[in-house]
Amino acid sequence: MFYREVGQFKTSYAADQALLPILQDRIGIAVILLVAFVVVPLTASNFALDSVLIPILVLSLAATGLNLLTGYTGLLSLGTGAFMGVGAFACYKLTTYFPNVNIVILVLCSGFFAAAIGTLFGLPSLRIKGFYLAVATLAAQFFLSWCFIRVPWLYNYNISASIEVPTKTMFGLAVTGPTASSITRYLIVLSIVTLLVLLAANLLRGRIGRTWMAVRDMDLAAELIGIKLYQTKLLAFAVSSFYCGVAGAMMVFFWLGNAESESFNINQSFLILFMVIIGGLGSLLGSFLGAALIWGLPIVLRAAPPYFGLHIRSATVDQSTFVILGVLIVFFLIVEPHGLARLWQIWKQKLRVWPFPY
Amino acid sequence: MHVLYLIFVDPFMQMAHAPDLLVQTLWDGLVSGVLYALIALGFVLIFKASGVFNFAQGIMVVFAALTLVGLNEHGVPAYLALAITVVVMLVLAVAVERAILRPLVDQPEIILFMATFGLTYILIGMGELIFGGDPKVMISDQLRLPSGSYRINMLGGFVQLQKIDIAAAIIASIMVAGLGILFNRTRIGRALRAVADSHRAALSVGISLEQIWVIVWFAAGIVALATGIMWGARSNVSFALEIVALKALPVLILGGFTSIPGAIVGGLIIGVGEKLGEFYWGPLVGGGIESWFAYVIALVFLLFRPQGLFGERIIERL
Repeated sequence: MFYREVGQFKTSYAADQALLPILQDRIGIAVILLVAFVVVPLTASNFALDSVLIPILVLSLAATGLNLLTGYTGLLSLGTGAFMGVGAFACYKLTTYFPNVNIVILVLCSGFFAAAIGTLFGLPSLRIKGFYLAVATLAAQFFLSWCFIRVPWLYNYNISASIEVPTKTMFGLAVTGPTASSITRYLIVLSIVTLLVLLAANLLRGRIGRTWMAVRDMDLAAELIGIKLYQTKLLAFAVSSFYCGVAGAMMVFFWLGNAESESFNINQSFLILFMVIIGGLGSLLGSFLGAALIWGLPIVLRAAPPYFGLHIRSATVDQSTFVILGVLIVFFLIVEPHGLARLWQIWKQKLRVWPFPY
Repeated sequence: MHVLYLIFVDPFMQMAHAPDLLVQTLWDGLVSGVLYALIALGFVLIFKASGVFNFAQGIMVVFAALTLVGLNEHGVPAYLALAITVVVMLVLAVAVERAILRPLVDQPEIILFMATFGLTYILIGMGELIFGGDPKVMISDQLRLPSGSYRINMLGGFVQLQKIDIAAAIIASIMVAGLGILFNRTRIGRALRAVADSHRAALSVGISLEQIWVIVWFAAGIVALATGIMWGARSNVSFALEIVALKALPVLILGGFTSIPGAIVGGLIIGVGEKLGEFYWGPLVGGGIESWFAYVIALVFLLFRPQGLFGERIIERL
């Protein structure tokens, strides 16, 4: 009743293949964007922006990148953290070489460096797949982590071995560094994420996305119908790493403000993989839901005991958070192995047939 | 030219000049290889029988060792603590089968893989909640594990062999032999291999999947316990092993996911290769290459044999 496509006729192929063919979807997306761009900056507190919304947006972008590779092309990767690191360090080097160029352009450019490295480490995917490939990408993870520590050129030889973000301005407003306000950073992150996710959505419904999905469903069959496996897989690695790289650069420049190699270690890779699987493999919406859940849950768990007047040692809270997170991961997998995105689909169907479920 | 000399000639010259150092490095490599091999063995057991890529194997090692040491700290005699830990691993195996494997049967591999991540989190949290997160000392003396070392004069120098390492190697061989007999000579072993080949076919001839899963997870738990004791006796019992356990992954690639001898041989190759690489080639790039060298060995290897040393040939059909 609330979500009916009945009566929405299409009179051209272009309209039929539009990104959002259903009116309710268009309204929904418009409302979400309106809330994100206008209502949130007006109402949200600095805490909400800095430790909830910006991280979730950045991590969603990284999850989207991994989802393109794992969810849509079927190539399991455990090197996401390292590819994010490549983006971050590339962006840092770019700001030192081109101090006058707009920071947003540099952030986007750093994605290309991550893409190049990602493609290089994607080469083994031509011969191996499945968990074997996952271990091969672990090689990328550990090798790049090692580089982030051992190659001082990457962090401009400073003693703390970390990235210190310089203050950059745009239209006279500080957008990075300690003086930048949360709202400015939030809006920039939101704009980049919106832009890139829109790009991803369009990529996925076109020829490239379809070849990816064909490879995922059965790579031998895909090869037989004339899809070039090598190019398709490498392109997936490149695009995925591009997204991860941009996410990594944004993470350092618009969220953390400084970063060392620790921020891009193996745990980061696993965290992004959780988000993709819990959110839903092969769903852009899932990347956002997964990121929100995995990032939001520990915050809620930490905030919950004081709210109920309980005082528990913070170490105990951290440890219980681990247990609860583990239990919830297993619980979600059992209840809905296809992720949160599938839950939304089921719910949509309910909205469609309500109030007569037959 | 000089770079080529440094990479291809100089390390071998060093080896020839100090053969005792080379033997010591090889021995160290073999010793850490045994540890990798044991962790990989746990992976292989579970992967063979249930097709689950068990990420939690590393944390199971920590958990088993922690339980043992923690019980002893609370005044339980060492051997009783050992027995109780075995029971705990059995309970864990049953719990995993009931709570995770049974509801997720017939799901894609990646979902089961993810579920073992959940298990990892649960075990980390529980281990820290119950026993605290500080590193603990393994109760080697109470368990009558040998300590001290042999010093052998050879090749114009001497080589030091820790007794505990020799014991670890012996225990590992006994365990592998035991598993070999279990797999190849007993009724349960035949059932295990049947399940590994095809779940459904095994079910249709009356093999109980639930029972088999409990058995393999229990066996993996025992392997984890032995690994935990050996590793804890050499360093401390702490959650740092979780990262070391990831080293078992290149071992698996090298040996093949389904082969027990592969896990052992792969572990030794990775252990030795890593130590040699670190000692002779590491200084060229500033050291610390141990963290990724194993993966590079495995990766190079994969390019030539995608199914690993002893893995079953991968045949794909449409």
